Amino acid sequence: MTGRWISRLLGLHSWAVYVFFYAPIAVLVFLSFNDNRLVTVWTGASLRWYREMLENDQVLSAIRNSLIVAGVSTIVSVVLGTAAALGLERFRWRGRRIFDGLLYLPIIIPDVTMAVMMLLFFVQVFGLVELAFGPKIGLGLATISLSHVAFNISFVAVVVRARLAGLDPALEEAAADLYADRRQAFLHVTLPLIMPGVLGGALLALTLSLDDVVITSFVSGPGSTTLPVYVFGLVKRGVTPLINAVSTVMLVASMLLVFVSLIFQRGDGKVPQGTRQ
Amino acid sequence: MAAPVTPELEAAAERAQARRGLLVSLPAYAYLVVFFAIPLVIVFVVSVFGRRNPRGATVYGPPTLDAYRKIFEPGPDGSYLVLEIVWRSLWLSVVTTIVCLLLAYPLAYYIATRTPRVRNALLVLVMIPFWSNFLVRTYAWRVLLGRSGPVTAVTSALGLTDTPMIFTVNAVLIGLVYGFLPFMVLPLYAAIERMDWSLVEAARDLYASGWQAFRKITWPLSRPGVIAGSILVFIPAFGAYVTPEILGGSKTTLLGSYIVRQFLQARDAPFGSALSFVLMSVMLGATIVYFRTGARNL
Amino acid sequence: MTGRRILALVGVLALVAAACAAPTTTEPTSATTAATPATTAATPATTGGAGDTEPAAADGVCAPGQTDGDLVLYNWTEYIDPELIDAFEAEYGVEVIEDFYPSNEEMFAKVSAGASGYDVVVPSDYMVSIMIDEGLLMPLQRDAIPNAANLDPKFVDVPYDPGNQYSMPYQWGTTGIAVNLDVVGEDFPETWGLIFDPALADQYAGQISMLDDPRESLGAALKYLGYSLNSTNEAELAEAAQLIADAKDRILLFDSDQFEDLLVAGETSIAHGWNGDFFAAFDAVSTDEFDAYEVYYYFVPEEGGVQWVDNMAILADAPHPCTAHTFINFILDAENGAALTNWNFYASPNAAATEYIDPEILEDPSIYPPPETLANLEFIADTGDFETKYSDYWEQAKS
Repeated sequence: MTGRWISRLLGLHSWAVYVFFYAPIAVLVFLSFNDNRLVTVWTGASLRWYREMLENDQVLSAIRNSLIVAGVSTIVSVVLGTAAALGLERFRWRGRRIFDGLLYLPIIIPDVTMAVMMLLFFVQVFGLVELAFGPKIGLGLATISLSHVAFNISFVAVVVRARLAGLDPALEEAAADLYADRRQAFLHVTLPLIMPGVLGGALLALTLSLDDVVITSFVSGPGSTTLPVYVFGLVKRGVTPLINAVSTVMLVASMLLVFVSLIFQRGDGKVPQGTRQ
Repeated sequence: MAAPVTPELEAAAERAQARRGLLVSLPAYAYLVVFFAIPLVIVFVVSVFGRRNPRGATVYGPPTLDAYRKIFEPGPDGSYLVLEIVWRSLWLSVVTTIVCLLLAYPLAYYIATRTPRVRNALLVLVMIPFWSNFLVRTYAWRVLLGRSGPVTAVTSALGLTDTPMIFTVNAVLIGLVYGFLPFMVLPLYAAIERMDWSLVEAARDLYASGWQAFRKITWPLSRPGVIAGSILVFIPAFGAYVTPEILGGSKTTLLGSYIVRQFLQARDAPFGSALSFVLMSVMLGATIVYFRTGARNL
Repeated sequence: MTGRRILALVGVLALVAAACAAPTTTEPTSATTAATPATTAATPATTGGAGDTEPAAADGVCAPGQTDGDLVLYNWTEYIDPELIDAFEAEYGVEVIEDFYPSNEEMFAKVSAGASGYDVVVPSDYMVSIMIDEGLLMPLQRDAIPNAANLDPKFVDVPYDPGNQYSMPYQWGTTGIAVNLDVVGEDFPETWGLIFDPALADQYAGQISMLDDPRESLGAALKYLGYSLNSTNEAELAEAAQLIADAKDRILLFDSDQFEDLLVAGETSIAHGWNGDFFAAFDAVSTDEFDAYEVYYYFVPEEGGVQWVDNMAILADAPHPCTAHTFINFILDAENGAALTNWNFYASPNAAATEYIDPEILEDPSIYPPPETLANLEFIADTGDFETKYSDYWEQAKS
């Protein structure tokens, strides 16, 4: 009896949290249809800002840059971060503790400090490259992506480790006996087991990358402004519903993407979730 | 398997283990050394060898601890501003972490106990708001908590208060909880989802109350998620920037904002760098204390 | 176990430090010192960079209208009419790559690190003098900017760049107070006391916003006290900081981004801020039935306020200095200067542009203040080492 009561309460709580999550989103989307130049002063509904967004080359190029950086940095950091989590949780090796500490630092460091240090670092490297090889290179999408990977690895690793920590190693050992080679054992047993952690880490990395302003603005170069950096500057000149329109489009696009992938998952969705019998 | 385990074999196995562990970790390790540790050394150099010149650029000279000393010196009016800010940031991020945990645990539990497809959908629903722009979201909170916003309307209708919550410490807290809640939900979900539910059921049969089953089985099994989540919330909340400006009206200075202003407004990179190192030490220290005591006794 | 982890961490950092200390400590020093001679030796040394295929002026002299590649413009967001960019591209057959910064300080942090790759930046007055002193700017070749003759004499020999050797003014404005007349009434003294004088300001407690900027806000307090807003007297500064600390309970928020929106949205009634921002907000809420100028009023307090000028300048290591000169000349054109002002409502330093500017803008005293107000204005000047004092007192006053 109490079980049902508790699960009702759980559901209620969860939906309340979802309301909390989406309350500002509702405001944001609503205000994107505001005709006024000032986002907080409602004068009438219109699609003006959506039109302006499509005509604004700066915004479009910023969106493109953001997507490139987020995509690249998420993929790279998920691979590296998952490997790091495995290496730390499943093996004992010398230097493991140092690595462990190093892995936490990108989470701990303040954004602006990381921004300044990456900028100084890249400028030094550019200087050395120019001295040694001649070509002049500069800041751009590559330096942004490299910096994003540097902080995303840690976030991915922390989430994956939380998943790995409670997994029974015996399962994997059994698998190692079952499958001929280690690669197969990893692909067929370990990976599916840690998949939810990897997925969570990937989501986190994607979110962090899509939202980063400070680090990105310091290591961006000519023509590589990302969306958050553009928006940050825009805010200084008065908050217009243009950025709400852009955010709304990003939201709708990601929802569609998720919706489609959920439909496609219907067939083999159970495979990665193999832990529960 | 049948072969007797000799010390040599064991040592060889250990060596193989060590080799494999290093091999698996090496790419990430190398990456972090090149793109994090080395840049970090540069900041350290700035904090020790750097000085702010009259124009606010950094020049280098013999090592000095002036930048670090300034942190512990009283400010112009004799109060210890930096220490006050550190203290305020510390308790605000602790409260943020606790509130996040209280909100996220039941949610993560709820999500983890749905069918796989619903589960994935619910999880993504947690993340989707955060793919909009951070600033736009935070400004939306300004509307929600403002003088003519719905929250003020509700509190004044209930006869609680007519004063809007915006530009107070509470508004900052709401903003921080909102911003970092997914960081708590994700690891918690990852930890709860992989739980062996037959154990929980067995516990249900064994113990009289569901609470005891939770306390003895569910909670300990989800602890890695709690730890990871707390770290992911506590640390960034401690260094928070922008949220205290936008929702706190810049009247609640937190360490993250303070450091940003040293680098930008004051153009004092050595002092900013020194502050960063102090912040990182405090964080590392707090994390260790948390691992040592808190997490074990949870 | 964790204690050892920390030790190990410190160990590895020390190791890496030892390995890299040599290059990292010497490099920045040489970089900062190297920048200075580069600018005094003018353009050729820095601009003859490899990789540029365009025919750069061999002797470093740019002719009017000459281009040497695409323009890389590092500007404030939303500060230039996109049509002007298109027109420039069409006229000179080059592309303009635009990047944006939200504050002078962020631009400075990035540019002073070196290797930024930008040609033209648009720093404010005090930042121009800082950048000149740091050797970050290239002396302008006046022969390549004939349109400099269009400038209002008031902006030709400015204190932050005597003789306009390194910069050309872009647009300018003032800092003051805007009020909601429905709240404060028609009859109020035009003074900073609306924020600082308890007798006057207490009735508006919780409806006041101030800029989140040490120099602007402490400057306002200094002005109220009758001091210079560039004071380097610590006792005066302490007095000003105390004034703000006392006013803190009255002040709803410190904000430099949305102060104008909050005023017209009714969240505040008295707002400290920049004129052009207010004007744009009043304009946005005005409709056929509602004239925002009847309800909101901007003024520079009688004690005086801040005048600011944003300026175009070319970086010492600009890859395309000739295109940069051509661009500056293009913006200083009478019609182009007017187009800028008609687009973003900031005042133009371009005297020749006056006839093309929307008369409504010209007649607005909040954009083009009368001479008696102008006489009361001061530029914010860099105070060198004292700058950190401003920042320290500011933080103390606010928290």
